Amino acid sequence: MPRIGIAQLKLLEKLCNATAVSGDEGEVRKIVLEELRGHSGEIRVDTLGNVLVTCPGSGRNRLKVMVTAHMDEIGFMLVADEGEGLFRFEMVGGIDVRQLPGKAVLVGKEHQPGVIGARPIHLTTPEERKQKIPLDTLRIDVGPGESKVNPGDRAVFATRFQRNGQVIIAKALDDRLGVVTLLELVKNAPSNIDLLAAFTVQEEIGARGAKVAAYALNPQLAIAVDATPAHDLPTWDDEENVFYNTKLGLGPAIYVGDSDTLSDPRLVRHLSKTARAAAIPCQVRQPTGGGTDAGTIHKARSGVPSVSVSVPHRYSHTAVSLALLDDWKNTLTLLDTALRHLPAGFLATGRA
Amino acid sequence: MKQLVQKLTETFSPSGYENDIREVIRKEIKPFADEIRVDALGNLVARKGSRSKSGLRIMLAGHMDEIGLMATHVDTNGFIRFTGLGGIRMTMLTGSRVRFMDGTPGVIGTDRLTDMTKAPSLEQCFIDVGASSLKDCPVKVGDVCAFDRPFVDLGNRLIAKSMDDRIGCAVMIEAMRTLKASPHELYFVFTTQEEVGLRGATTSAFGVDPDLGLSLDVTATGDTPKGSRMEVGLGKGPAIKIKDGGMLADPRIVKWMVRTAEKGKIPCQREILEGGTTDARAMQVARAGVPAGCLSVPTRYVHSPSEMVDTADVENSVKLLVALLSASVNL
Repeated sequence: MPRIGIAQLKLLEKLCNATAVSGDEGEVRKIVLEELRGHSGEIRVDTLGNVLVTCPGSGRNRLKVMVTAHMDEIGFMLVADEGEGLFRFEMVGGIDVRQLPGKAVLVGKEHQPGVIGARPIHLTTPEERKQKIPLDTLRIDVGPGESKVNPGDRAVFATRFQRNGQVIIAKALDDRLGVVTLLELVKNAPSNIDLLAAFTVQEEIGARGAKVAAYALNPQLAIAVDATPAHDLPTWDDEENVFYNTKLGLGPAIYVGDSDTLSDPRLVRHLSKTARAAAIPCQVRQPTGGGTDAGTIHKARSGVPSVSVSVPHRYSHTAVSLALLDDWKNTLTLLDTALRHLPAGFLATGRA
Repeated sequence: MKQLVQKLTETFSPSGYENDIREVIRKEIKPFADEIRVDALGNLVARKGSRSKSGLRIMLAGHMDEIGLMATHVDTNGFIRFTGLGGIRMTMLTGSRVRFMDGTPGVIGTDRLTDMTKAPSLEQCFIDVGASSLKDCPVKVGDVCAFDRPFVDLGNRLIAKSMDDRIGCAVMIEAMRTLKASPHELYFVFTTQEEVGLRGATTSAFGVDPDLGLSLDVTATGDTPKGSRMEVGLGKGPAIKIKDGGMLADPRIVKWMVRTAEKGKIPCQREILEGGTTDARAMQVARAGVPAGCLSVPTRYVHSPSEMVDTADVENSVKLLVALLSASVNL
C-alpha cells in the first residue's frame, strides 16, 4: 500500500529544498530518477525533460490512465548583469510582485545566496512607502565580489522545509506534494490498470510538458495531481467567505472546472463516490480560475477525459506555503483507492 | 424546420454537459448517417457517405454546447454564487431565469447596488432557487445551469436562447436530411465545449483528420440601432466568413463558397467579424493544417438569452451547405 511515512516526508523535504524553476527542472528530475531506480516498467526522459514511467498492470481490458505531477516551480530568471552583483530579473510563473521585496533567494545550480533588495525604511520617505515597488526597480543582489551566477540562471525563494506535527511549511509544495504522491503510486502501482506516470516540466508557464507527454503516452483517462490555494482565513467583517473557499483540513480538492478544463463528470463522480465509500474526506474545489496539467492533456490527440485533484495549501505561489499532513495523506489514499476501483468498462458509463 | 429549431433551443446543455442535446441530435440524425460515434470529449461524430475518386473527407462542425453558469458556492441561506461557462454578458444577468441540469429553476439577483449606471460584476450576482438554507438547497458546488427563455416564432424571424449554435446544428441536420448524393466522405460533427475555447473541435478534428473543414455557427450583425459597424444583416442570406477574431478563412474556400452561392442563386453576404471565433479555427490548425472556412447564420443579440435569426437566412444556409456538399471541390 502506498503511504506517507517518515521516508516520504524526508523525500518531500529534499524535493522542496531542491530548485526546479520551469524549464530548468534537472535537479528535481535527478531525485525522481533516483527514486525510480529498480522500477521494472519503462522509464524515459523525453525531449522537453518530462520523466515518463509506465507501470503495466496484469488484468484484462486494462485502461491506460495517465497520472501527472509537475516537477517545476515558480521562480525567477536573471536577465541582465548590472555589475557589483546586481541582476535584473523576470518572474517565471504567476507571482505577485508585492511578495518580492526583502526576500532571500538562491541563484543558479549551485544555490548561491542572494536577496531581492529594496531600500530600507531609513532611506525612504513616508510617501514612497505607500507605493508598490514595481518589478523593474527590483534587483536580485548576490553581493559584490566573486560570483558564479549569470544572466539566464534561475533563482528561487530561499525557504527551507520545516514541519511541526501536522503542519508542513515550505516553498514549492506546489507541486512537490504531487511528485511524492505520484512516486508512491508508481512504487505501489495498481494492477487493474496501466498506470502511465508523467513527472512533467513547465506546468507553471502553461502546462507545456504535459501537452507533449499526453501526446506520447496517448492515454484513455488522465488525472493531474497538484496543489491548490486554500483560502480559509477569517474575513475582516466576519461575513461568509463565498469566493474561493477551498480549505485546509477538508481533504483533497476535486476539480469540477477551472480556466483551462471542464473535468469529465464521470471522473468527478468516481472520485466523490470513492471518497464517500471509503470515508476519505474530500472537498469540491471552488470552480474558478487557475489551471493544471489537465488543461493541455484533455485536448491531446482525439481527447482525453481528465480531472485534477489537489492538496490544499495556504499562500500558494509565494515564498512559503503551508499544508496539512492529513490532507496530503488523504489525497494519496483517494487517488490510490479510486484507481484500484476503476472498472474496465468505465468509459462506457454514461457521460454528462 | 422551425420545430427542429424549437426542439434544439429548448434543450439545456451548457459547455461540458452536452448529454441531453447529444441525445436529441442523435435521434434526429440516425436515419441519415452511415455511422455514429461519440468521442472521448463527447463530440457526436456522424459519417455520411464514402469518398469517391473525386471526393474529399470533409468535416462539418457545429457546436452543441451553449453558454451557462456553474455554481461556486452555496451560502448558509441557500443563495448560490457562480462563475461563467463561456462569454457571459454582465448586462444580461440581472433578472434572468436559469435552469439547472436536474430541472431546478432559479432567478439571478444581485447584492445591493450603489451605482445603478454600471452593470453588476459577477461577484455581485447570485442565483436564488427558492431555498432558505444550505441544507435545503438542491444545488451543489460544481452544478451547472443554462439560461431559460421560451422559443418564439415571429414568422419571418425566430427568437430563442442558444441559437448560438443550435441554429448551426439545425442547418447541419437539415442538410443531412436533404442531401441526395455527394462525392465526399462527410463527417457531421456536433462539437462540445466550443464556448470555453473550441475544445471539442480541437480533439474531433484530430480524430476525423479531414481534408477540408467547415464550421456552421452564428455571426453578429450590424443592422440594429447604433449597433456595431458590420456589413452583415438579417435577411440578406447566409454569411460567408472571410475573417474573424481567431481565423483567416482559406481564400480558396471563400471563393468556392461564393461561387457556389452565385451558381445556385442563393443570396449570401461576406462576413468580417472583428471579435470572436468558431470551431473552424481549431480545424484549421489541427495536425498538419486543414483548409477551413465557416458558413455563418446572421444572428442578433448573440450571447443573450434572446438570440434572433431570420427564417429565410436559415433556409438559404441549408441550401448553400447542400449545394457545397453535392459537387466535387477543386480548391
